[in-house]
Amino acid sequence: MEGIYFDNNATTRVDPAVVEAMLPYFTEQFGNPSSMHSFGNKVGLAIKKARMQVQELLGAEHDSEIIFTSCGTESDSTALLSALKAQPERKEIITTTVEHPAILTLCAYLEKEGYKVHYLKVDGKGRLDLDEYKKLLSEQTAVVSVMWANNETGTFFPVVEMAELANAAGAMFHTDAVQAVGKVPLNLKDTKIDMLSVSGHKLHAPKGIGVLYLKRGTRFRPLLRGGHQERGRRAGTENTTSIVGLGKAAEMALEAMTFENTEVARLRDKLEAAILAKVPRSFVTGNPDNRLPNTSNIAFEFIEGEAILLLLNKFGIAASSGSACTSGSLEPSHVMRAMGIPYTAAHGTVRFSLSRYSTEAEVDRVIAVVPEIIAQLRKLSPYWEGDGPAAEPEKAFAPTYA
Amino acid sequence: MWDYSDKVKEHFFQPRNAGVLADANGVGDVGSISCGDALRLMLKVEPDTDIILDAHFQTFGCGSAIASSSALTEMIKGKTLDEALKVSNQDIADYLDGLPPEKMHCSVMGREALQAAVANYRGEVWSDDHEEGALICKCFAIDAVLIEDTIRANELCSVEDVTNYTKAGGGCSSCHEGIEEILAKVMAERGESFKPGTPAKEEAKPVGMTNLQRIRKIEAVLEMVRPQLKRDGGDIELVDVDGKTIYVNMTGACAGCQMEALTLQGIQQKLMEELKEFIKIVPTKAGALSRATCHP
Ligand SMILES: Cc1ncc(COP(=O)(O)O)c(C=O)c1O
Ligand code: FES
Repeated sequence: MEGIYFDNNATTRVDPAVVEAMLPYFTEQFGNPSSMHSFGNKVGLAIKKARMQVQELLGAEHDSEIIFTSCGTESDSTALLSALKAQPERKEIITTTVEHPAILTLCAYLEKEGYKVHYLKVDGKGRLDLDEYKKLLSEQTAVVSVMWANNETGTFFPVVEMAELANAAGAMFHTDAVQAVGKVPLNLKDTKIDMLSVSGHKLHAPKGIGVLYLKRGTRFRPLLRGGHQERGRRAGTENTTSIVGLGKAAEMALEAMTFENTEVARLRDKLEAAILAKVPRSFVTGNPDNRLPNTSNIAFEFIEGEAILLLLNKFGIAASSGSACTSGSLEPSHVMRAMGIPYTAAHGTVRFSLSRYSTEAEVDRVIAVVPEIIAQLRKLSPYWEGDGPAAEPEKAFAPTYA
Repeated sequence: MWDYSDKVKEHFFQPRNAGVLADANGVGDVGSISCGDALRLMLKVEPDTDIILDAHFQTFGCGSAIASSSALTEMIKGKTLDEALKVSNQDIADYLDGLPPEKMHCSVMGREALQAAVANYRGEVWSDDHEEGALICKCFAIDAVLIEDTIRANELCSVEDVTNYTKAGGGCSSCHEGIEEILAKVMAERGESFKPGTPAKEEAKPVGMTNLQRIRKIEAVLEMVRPQLKRDGGDIELVDVDGKTIYVNMTGACAGCQMEALTLQGIQQKLMEELKEFIKIVPTKAGALSRATCHP
């Protein structure tokens, strides 16, 4: 059986047309774009084309605002570290409690280095309080880093508006748009966003290629110094094949933008509505009214996510979960905790993330399988009795901490 | 995805003894909802003989938590309470052909549920003394709480000390940053500051043993295990000794296979007992001792 892949926020399949565009750059077009001879020249032109394709997807004003990096994480690190280096007099960062570890782990490290990091809280639907944000902005703020869309729930943040506010306070604004790029129309030239991170493997390009958008005029200090690649802003011989692949993927994402926001969204909505209707004690996390078109994050109360994933996997269905066990940590997803989702539900969250390759038949199959799996696991749960949760579940089962 | 053994998968997909045991006379509820693993163990004990006639479980938890619960109930049925209490965490893990290091706490939970259920049957109150911290060293499944307590109790001041006392950090060494952080924190409590490069507290090599004696001892241990290996069509030879690392060459039937890792672990344990120091055994050919699981 061909598997059903509903984990596109983790990574996506490389589109066959992208692979095809890349192949010549492994073989005959192997030259170094920096070389003077014709082996390098063609490759240099291919990179130039890819840069323009990405520029177009992002709605950037200049192609020189596109810096190719090795991944989304590198773009995030480069952005924050550059902002701190370029403005040594400013010692504070504002971010959110629900960022990806690419930002949060870095911020925890920067705190140890003496920087002050403010973490904006979210409400039960994963929304920020802009008043809290406005109060925190000051002359001390070096950079604000707020993701465009949350990877677990898909919830959007008002980054365009927040960038205006940061700009007015003289602070730089960075957004981790790894989940948004390719799914949301962007027009960066009309925003005050200074820096934005992209990761190729979330939009059907290969893994290990990323972009840092850097608005012209934004003060910058490179992470990697060396050769003159990327105008000296990111040294190291270019990953030519992946850059070409990302360019092609960007072009295709732009073409599919309407489809993503209509057809993919329709399939997602169908999946979500049917599961909620069939499975008691389940609910959507995040803000269903303002989120990525492909993402649905559903909490199944009183059971644990890794167990759900293992059973789904048995049916050939791939999804992901915010449970502690799936990450080998001691706490469930920080995003669920930040939204105040109780532990008995946070561990049972499952994220379904579709793509433009998802089909109606796949959605129907998942709808058919999920209720059974949930019922099967609930039979094992000490919180569950027969067809419903035990009366006062938290009292019926109150284990000793061990 | 976790690297679960077939046995773990089997017990997860077809759990034995799942669900409520109506006439249970000993019940233990343990676990932590914040960690996402909790278990209710129900025992039916024959009062005259203390024999466990039946055991059931209900588990809120991941695949290995469910599998460990299922395994535990199978292991203790038919045993007397005292026999059952001898079942260790390692026994549960072994019954399942091993658990990934991140999941060892699932077997701990099974054992504690058993203690709690027995206490409940006997009308005693069970209190647990187990505290779990974030996993620091994946090679040896050592968590932050154990490292912290050990540093405090023994006034340790170097990563090497921590390795000598807990094993943590003695494998791939990727956890050294984490260990240094804990050292810095605990040392600050006692008014010291952590300095990288501080020599280990104790010379790990027992005094009085020369290098030559040490190598002879190592060879003697390897000689002891060779007959067993040869019977299985394999062999082992000593290649080099570099401080605490002992390089060996595995040949024959099981070089590079899963068995090799198990065998090497056993030999490493024997060597540590004989040499009375922490050592690491490294195969020089294909196959590695620790198959760290990798997950995105
Ligand atoms: C929001 C977000 N930021 C950053 C990353 C990291 O991207 P990469 O894997 O390319 O480093 C991811 C991907 O997991 C993500 O979802
Ligand atoms: S993780 Fe600690 S030594 Fe490998």
